[in-house]
Order: sequence, then structure tokens, then C-alpha cells
Amino acid sequence: MATQTVATQTDRPTARAAIKARHLRTDRWWVDPLITFIVFSAFVIYGTWAAFDHATVYGNGAPHQWFYSKPYLSPFYSPCFADGCPSDVNWGAVDIWHWLSPALYILIIPLGFRATCYYYRRAYYRAYWFSPPACAVAEPHTKYTGETRFPLLAQNLHRYFWYGSLIVGGVLAYDSVTAFIYTDHGYHFFIGIGSFVLLINTILIWGYLLGCHSCRHITAGRINNFSKHPLRYRWWTLVSKLNHWHRHWAWASLIWIALADLYIRLVSNGTITDVHHIF
Amino acid sequence: MAAVSNGAQSATEVHDYDVVVIGAGGSGLRAAIAAHESGARTAIVTKSLLGKAHTVMAEGGIAASMGNVWPEDNWQVHFRDTMRGGKMLNNWRMAQLHAQEAPERVWELEEWGALFDRTKEGKISQRDFGGHRYARLAHVGDRTGLEMIRTLQQRAVELGIDVYMECTITQLLKAGGAGRAGNRIAGAFGYWRETGSFIQLNAPSVVLATGGIGKSFKVTSNSWEYTGDGHALALQAGASLINMEFVQFHPTGMVWPLSVRGLLITESVRGEGGVLRNSDGKRFMFDYITDYFKAETADNEEEADRWYDDHINNRRPPELLPRDEVARAINSEIKAGRGSPHGGVYLDIASRRSAADIHKRLPSMYHQFKELADVDITKEPMEVAPTCHYVMGGVEVDADTQAATVDGLYAVGECSGGMHGSNRLGGNSLSDLLVFGKRAGESAAAYAKKSTRRPVAPVAQVNAAAEAALAPFGRKAGENAFTIQHELQEMMFSLVGIIRTGKEMKQALKDIAALKKRAEAVSVEGGRAYNPGWHTALDLRSMLQVSESIARAALERTESRGGHTRDDYPLTDPDWGKVNLIVTETPQGAVKITRKALPKMPADLAKLFEEPKK
Amino acid sequence: MSARDLNLRVWRGDGSGGDFVNYTVPVEEGEVVLDAIHRLQATQASDLAVRWNCKAGKCGSCSAEINGKPGLMCMTRLSSFEPGETITVTPMRTFPVVRDLVTDVTFNFEKARQVPAFAPPSDNKGGKFRMAQVDVERSQEFRKCIECFLCQNTCHVIRDHEENKPAFAGPRFFIRHAELDMHPLDTVDRQPMVQEDHGLGFCNITKCCTDVCPEHIKITDNAIIPMKERVVDRKYDPLVFLGSKIGLFKSTTRQQVGPAGGLGPSPIKHPAPPTPVAVPEPVKRAAAAKRTAAKQAAPAKKTTAAKKATPVRKAAAKKTAAKAASATRRRSTR
Repeated sequence: MATQTVATQTDRPTARAAIKARHLRTDRWWVDPLITFIVFSAFVIYGTWAAFDHATVYGNGAPHQWFYSKPYLSPFYSPCFADGCPSDVNWGAVDIWHWLSPALYILIIPLGFRATCYYYRRAYYRAYWFSPPACAVAEPHTKYTGETRFPLLAQNLHRYFWYGSLIVGGVLAYDSVTAFIYTDHGYHFFIGIGSFVLLINTILIWGYLLGCHSCRHITAGRINNFSKHPLRYRWWTLVSKLNHWHRHWAWASLIWIALADLYIRLVSNGTITDVHHIF
Repeated sequence: MAAVSNGAQSATEVHDYDVVVIGAGGSGLRAAIAAHESGARTAIVTKSLLGKAHTVMAEGGIAASMGNVWPEDNWQVHFRDTMRGGKMLNNWRMAQLHAQEAPERVWELEEWGALFDRTKEGKISQRDFGGHRYARLAHVGDRTGLEMIRTLQQRAVELGIDVYMECTITQLLKAGGAGRAGNRIAGAFGYWRETGSFIQLNAPSVVLATGGIGKSFKVTSNSWEYTGDGHALALQAGASLINMEFVQFHPTGMVWPLSVRGLLITESVRGEGGVLRNSDGKRFMFDYITDYFKAETADNEEEADRWYDDHINNRRPPELLPRDEVARAINSEIKAGRGSPHGGVYLDIASRRSAADIHKRLPSMYHQFKELADVDITKEPMEVAPTCHYVMGGVEVDADTQAATVDGLYAVGECSGGMHGSNRLGGNSLSDLLVFGKRAGESAAAYAKKSTRRPVAPVAQVNAAAEAALAPFGRKAGENAFTIQHELQEMMFSLVGIIRTGKEMKQALKDIAALKKRAEAVSVEGGRAYNPGWHTALDLRSMLQVSESIARAALERTESRGGHTRDDYPLTDPDWGKVNLIVTETPQGAVKITRKALPKMPADLAKLFEEPKK
Repeated sequence: MSARDLNLRVWRGDGSGGDFVNYTVPVEEGEVVLDAIHRLQATQASDLAVRWNCKAGKCGSCSAEINGKPGLMCMTRLSSFEPGETITVTPMRTFPVVRDLVTDVTFNFEKARQVPAFAPPSDNKGGKFRMAQVDVERSQEFRKCIECFLCQNTCHVIRDHEENKPAFAGPRFFIRHAELDMHPLDTVDRQPMVQEDHGLGFCNITKCCTDVCPEHIKITDNAIIPMKERVVDRKYDPLVFLGSKIGLFKSTTRQQVGPAGGLGPSPIKHPAPPTPVAVPEPVKRAAAAKRTAAKQAAPAKKTTAAKKATPVRKAAAKKTAAKAASATRRRSTR
């Protein structure tokens, strides 16, 4: 790395104020990272379990997928294209490992998107890495190189996960449309609580996707002459507005997607009954 | 704590330059850039950090007749506005140069990276301001001063001009010896605030760019730096001051909460449509249109409101009269008992412009009120009252070169005098800094180049300066400098403030004499390293000398004009309109006033004032 | 108006050490922390060192840490604390302390010198630019900066790791880079510099700079992240890399230049170090003259872009120069 050293007077004072306390904050600065820690950890634990616990096999040998309850497909498992997917929602089987949960083929994209998201980075660097735990609270590490080297250099791939997530997001939108359609000897308009659960999920996911910093860059952030690209500028303005609330979209979509999976799971295993009507 | 003992560091560091600029505000930086570009080895000395100067407080804009919004505008109109705003007491040549060169200076800033607000065609946008016939102020929201200082600062850094930050000059050095050669400038002497150690800058040319004197008044929009150092340094060096009786009280300062009393509310609030109302809700400025401005000021609300969109067929709203007129009007309303709860009047923009417009056009005003007073100016009116803002008086200089009456000494910006006459128009200050900053820097560099035999200050002079600076440490059990400073501020505001009488000013002179005695006995606790008590003790000398100059000149001028209002002489006297008051220091250190005839305007310029008024 | 007594705990000392000192000072309604400090100075501790200027949140001088939070003393209202609460005031902790609440912020002025200045097209005729308001608005946000250096102070990259200072310019200069990189008329290629020399990669976007900014500049969202994305375009995006190889995207034609202030000795002057032995006058003069001579000899004054190129960039500059020979200083449009 090239470093430009500009000559400076060397006999300047260098000692900082000798204050031993790691911080002098009197407010409850730890609440924010603690909440982040609890919610994210809960999500990761639930998500891991939900991704692996995909199906059971009844006595007759027919598999029953916990993540599917006609016409609802859990967003964790969408797009579903593995061998273990119900035929109604299967996009063409990848027939490699029968035992593997279909969620694992696809989850890497949305998870990668969230993991490299500029907002989530702030949240988990603070809550998990303590780097720093909060503003003006000293971090415990003796060395810090940030995102200058591997593996954190990979954060720069955010836009690729965004491209991938656009496709996933498209499928989720498709899923929430099919959640209003019941196929049984023809197509029937269907309306149930689960339909709305998935619709809301799609809205939140897209609100989160379109407010992405990479999206903002791609629409027009990268150009310097907005006035010559009025359409791109308009897009950029819209994305900027969403981007302002990116944090909120990130949280809402995170929590909702887990709730959506849980709802379908509970309907599927018969714990609760979905209220619906088939026209 | 490792305090540096008083004796250990009395060795003085010495540096040689061609031009030393004292002050790093708009004018100082512009002068330094010009001097450097003219090939002079240049140093900037500033009491504060680079980029913190009072110029950042300028909000409204830079007046320059670029004609971007109103093509009808040109330098002659700007010149005429400036002269009329100053009640014809301006140095006509300075006003002319200023009006002619301001546009070039603004465009130049843009080349150095300034980003002004734009018109639809992409040109620099210009806004309306008090006393200006056309929308003329190049601006960036309401933080134009910040934009200007940052641009100049970055330019100076790019050029690699030497900067001495947090370094206070206490005395100008002179060559010493007989005759004119001995009377010329040899450099400047001062101390580093950080260590308290002394520094001597040898240079044939010194440019004073120290700003104003507002800190001598209790309610002021000025920061602590405005102690009138340049005025006092010039007086002590044998130069003269001019127009010192004219102190501008900005009509709209904050009144509440107490801790921000005096803080400026930009004139752009009125330029953008804000109006003044008294406690009865009446838009009272219509009652205060003087004959002088009758022809160009709207006398009813309908016409005034139409003016914002159509300057040609309507006359200006009276809220946009020159500052002295508006300040006096507000003062009268408050005195008549029609003031607001905290002793001001209301400035209302909330009911006249949309919240979005206010956010866009006046963002720092919005924040200032939100954060300091908990007032949302998009919903409520502001409470305002006059605040000491600017001194029109300053070092008497040559119009073309900014040279003071001592060889090698130059003054520019607020610490120079003459340009603004008896009252400065808003927006003319920033352009003044740029136009004359460049001129001062160039002429200081030219003078330095010419002086082949560099003047050298005698050692005795330097030693005496060091001794004077250290004197407060030698005194024990004296008064605290802050106490005297507070008393001076209270006294000046009540006795030599916005409305003056002979009797009160005589009292003020007595009080100043008493304070001077007490200031000589001030003592300081602690060491020399970054000791504000000591710094204030040294500032007192300048503050007292400047206060006395103002009081004496104000007592002498028995009329009311611009920034000088006498209760005992309420009328403007045409005879006084031909006279400037000059302040000098006698060898004994007393302040002396002499009268000097105003330079006569050439006929072609005088003609501009004869054209039929609209 | 209700006056009350405020308990203040102020750090006092200098580089050689120091400690907290407790004071009780009367305060009034509507006052800010700086008012309390001033009253303390005027009545109890006249040598209490504090840096301040405008007392209106416009100059950015009175930066400090109040109850552990970086902030401007003039904008921190006493009413924002519980009555009876003791308020702790310390100097900024990232910079060397000069005395009491005053720190040496030279770091920032030295970094400022390293950012190449605005360079308009060579054919500009003394300003008079035509620029649309929408095109300057982004940069205008960054020019609101009052250089209080609170963002620099709070940034853990240097606050907790002094050793990162040479390789990291800090949020204030990321917004300066962004301001110029987004300027519709600038001709300098700043992206490699902000990444390689000024340590943009160190930033892990934890947003404390944005949190403490008294001007409410969205440092992270509007400057740092867009700059990171622009750097990704150049360095980490294989698609863009391939695209520019086959001519799908235009590669930049902006010029590469060195620091604004050149590489010579710093023009930011400081008090001469204490001299233990009194130096006789003539010797000192000679030393001063030598310093001046050295300064003049140094190639500090830049004239052209080529001269400004730093050694480390020379190769790159040459390459760019060759490429840009035909389309000199043409702006990249992508």
C-alpha cells in the first residue's frame, strides 16, 4: 500500500489526555448493541434450525415438507428447485443430495446480501465484534485493519449478492401471487391469512432491496451529472428516500421473514389452522 | 501539571518573510494568496485555528453585480446603492473599485472550488438583501461565509503558504531611527497561545486583517477574537483610524435564551420574505420609511409583497431598508412598549413561506433556532433585537493600495475604514474582503520587493514588547481580566450603543479612563501555556483603546448618520457629510481626533446620483 | 429565570499528565455547557484552557467530550441533562492534549494538505461555470462541514488505534474526497488515492462519524459508502473490469495528481521546541535563515499536474498520461 508521508514537525506533543476510563458515557449505550445481539442471534438460531428441519417422512414413505402448506411456500425455501421440493412449487430439480434441505441451495444469496449489507455491517460490527461497541467506547482489540484485507475485503461483493437477491426477490413476489391462487382441477382465487403474510413479506423484502446502497450507486450515484440523466436522477431520488429508512426495512424484513416461515411451519404441522376462503 | 515557568522560555523565535498577514479571515487569506502569487514569501498569523475566523458567521452572501438574476444590474447601480447606504460618507474610490471588481473576485472563488447555489441556467444564483436594488448576493444557503473561508483556506493550503495558528500579535515592530526610514514597519511580535513563547516575524510589509471590535459591546454577534487588535496595533504604530464613530447594529439578533443573546439572524430571512411585527401583530416598518428612501420603498403591504416576484414595477418592502434604519425602528418599537416577552420584536417567516422553502433557503437558521432556542421557525416567529455587528471605522488606507499612513503597513477588511461610510450594506462585507484583500496583498508584495534594504527592529523594541506582554505575571493580587472585560462590555453597550447622547459618552470616557487604570494592574494566575486569563489581560489593551476611539469620535460628531445616532442631535447635518473624523494616538498614548475633508467625487460618478429616482 | 448550581467535573492537565477537578458553578436557564465553562473561567479558574470562537455552532472550535460523548460545548444545552447530574467534560481523546480542554488537531491540517485541490478543466475562463443545482447539491452537503473534527475524534480506527493514523485520513477527508469526486467539473482521479493512501477500506461503516456530526452531514450514507461503491467499480467489480477492457465502459480519463500541498515541509507552523540553552541572537538568525532556505529549496510549490505526481504514483500517472493524451482531461461519463 502506498503511503504518502508528508514531512511534519516531529517534536510535537503526542501524548493524549491521560484518562484511564475506557469511556465516560453515562447513558445506556449498551442497549442498542444488546438488542441487536439478541435479535440477530435469535434469527440465526431459528433460521439454521428452520433451514435444516425441512421435512419428515410418514410411514407410507411420502415426505411431508414443513416449509410448505398449499398454496404457501416458506420464503426461506424459495425459489425451491431441489429434489425435496413439493411438485407444485418445484422449479426443476437439482437432484444431487436427497437428504439436503432445499433451503440450503438458495439461502446463501439472501444471507450473503444481508451479511454484506452496509447497514447490517454497522450493526454486527458493533454488537458482535465490539469494533466499536458504541461511539466513543473503546474497542477491546489491539489491532484493527477494517475492511482492507481478506476476509472482510469480500464485503465489496455486496452488489453481486444484490443482483442475486433481485432474482430471489422476484420469485418471492411470484410466490406471494401464487399464495392467492389455489390449484385444484383448475385455478381458484384463494385468500387466507398466509396470503397476506407472504404479501407483506414481499413488500418488506423489496423495500429493503431497493433502498440498498449499491442500488443507489447503480441508479445514478456513480454519475456526476444528474442534470443530463433526468430519469436516472429520478430513480436515484426515489432510492435515496428508501435508503434513508434502510435500517428500518432491514429489521422489519428480517423479523417478518422468520415469522412468515414460522407461520407456514405451524400451519403445515397442524399446530394452527390457517383461516382462508377458496372462491 | 508541567507549567512552563515564566522565565525559561523567554527566548524569542525569529522568522523572516516579505509579507506577514495578521488575521486569517476572508481578507487575510485573500491578501496572503495575492501576496504569494505576486512572488512574496508570505506568512499568515492567526489567533485561532485556520478556518475558524469570524468570516464563517457571514450568512447572507457576497454582493457582486454579476447580473445573473437581473441583467439590469451593473457596477454603477451597486456603487450607487453602496454610497447611498453609507449616507454618502464612503470613500468614493473604494466604493467604485469594490463595485467594479467584486464579480471577478466571486468567479475566481468558483474556480478555486466554491459551490454557490445556481440559477436555472446554471449560473451563480443571487439573492435580495437590504439596500441593494437588485438581487445581487451570491450565496450558498445561509452559510456563504463558511463557503468563502473554506475555499480561501483550501487555496492557501494548496499554495503552501506558511500558517502560524493560535499565535497572537501584540505589537508591530518598526525600523527605528530618524526620519521616514525609521518610521517604517519592520515586522510583528507576538506569542504562541499554545506555549506562551514569543515569536518575532521580520517583514517589510505587514497586512492587518484582524476584523472588528464587537467584543467591546455586551450584546454582539461577534466572537471573542473581535477585540480590535488591528485597530490598536495600527494606532500604536502611528497610523490613523477613520470613521470610528460608526458602529453597525444588526437589526436582527437573537434575544432568547440569554446565552445566545446577540447571535445573528441573517438578513436573508427578510430577503426571503420574512417580515417584522410588533406585539400587536402590526407590520410596523411602514411607519419608519424616512424621506431619503421614500421614493424606492413600498408604502403598502400589497406592493411590498408583489416586489419579491417583480422588482421592476414595484418598490422594495421596508423590511429591506439599510440596516441602520431597521435597527432604529426595532429599537423604537421596543422602547414604545410594543416588544415581545423577552424584549425584542417578531420576525415572521413561518406564515409567509412553506416549511420546505425555509428548510431549503435558510437551513442554518432553522438549526440555530431549533437547537439553541427550541423554536421551530417554520411554525413560530422569531424574537429579534439589534445586536452589535460591524464597525465601519478602521485603519485609514489608500483606496487603491490599502496602504496605511505608515510605510509598509496595510489594512484590509473590517479593520480598515472608509469603504462603507457611515453604514455598511449587507453582503458588501464579503465582497470588500475579496476585492481589497487582493489589492492589499499585491501592493504589500510590491512594496516588499521594492524595499531592498530590509528594515530591522532594534533589539530594545523587541525586549520592551516581551516585557509588556509578561507584565501581568509580575503583578500579584491584581484584578481578574475577565471582570474588567465584562464591565467594559456592559458600559459600552449602555453608554455608546445604538442610541447615544453627549452626556452618556462623556461618562463613558470617564469610565474608560478608570478601566484603563484597573487594566494596568491586572494580574494573572497560572503559567504561560494556553492561559486564557493572560490572553484576555493582553486583549484588554486593544479593547480599551478602541472603545475610547469610538467614544471620542462619537462625541465629536454632533449629528445622526448611519451607524451613529445621537439623541441630542437627531438630524443629519449636510455639513458633517463633508467631514471624516480621524483618530490618532499622541506620543503619550492618548487618543486624538482631527477633522478631515471627504475626498471629492469626480463629476462622472456624481452624475449617477442625479438621475431621476424611481 | 431560575439559577441553579451545576456540578462540573473537568479534566485538567497537559501531555505530562492530569486529572479531573470538581467545580460547582451557578448556571441559568437556557445555557449551554460552554457558558458554564466560561463562568468557571471568569470566576474560579482563569487559566482553564478552552478553545472557542463563535459560540453558535458555526466555527467548530469548542469540540470536546461531554459525559463521554463527543460534541460541541456551545451546542450542548444544560437542559439536556438531569438536574443535579454531574457533567464531565474532557478534551477530545484522539488528539494529543495541549492543555485542559485544548487538543492539538494538527493531524487534520496535515491530512488536509494531502487531498488534491479542486482542478477545473484547463479551458475554464476564470470561473463563470455553468452547473445545474442538482449537480452541485451533493457536494454542497459536504461543504457544510465546519471542521470541528468530532468525526475524526470519534472514529475508532484512529481513536483506538494510534498506529492507523498515517494510513487513514478520517471521515472529514472522506467527505472532502467525495465532495471533489462528485464535483461536476473536477478533473482529478481521486478514487485510487482515497482507497490506497487515505484508508477508505479501514472504515467499517459503524456510523459514529454521522452520529456526532453537528452539521448533520450524512457522512456515511452520502460520502463514505458512495465512495466505497465507486472504488468497487474500479477495483473489485470483475464485470466492470471486463467491460472496460472490451470497451463497454469508458475507463476514467481523470488525471492523477499528488497532494494539494505538495510533499515539501509542512507550512503549518508550530512553536519552536523549548531551547534549554539560551542561543545568542546571531546564531538564531542564521538558523532561521537556514530553515527558510531549506523551505525554498524544497519542491513544495506545485505548478503542473505532472510535477505534482508523487513517486509512488509516477508509473500510474505515466500510464494515464499516455492514455489521456488524446482526450486530455475529458471527464469520465460513466
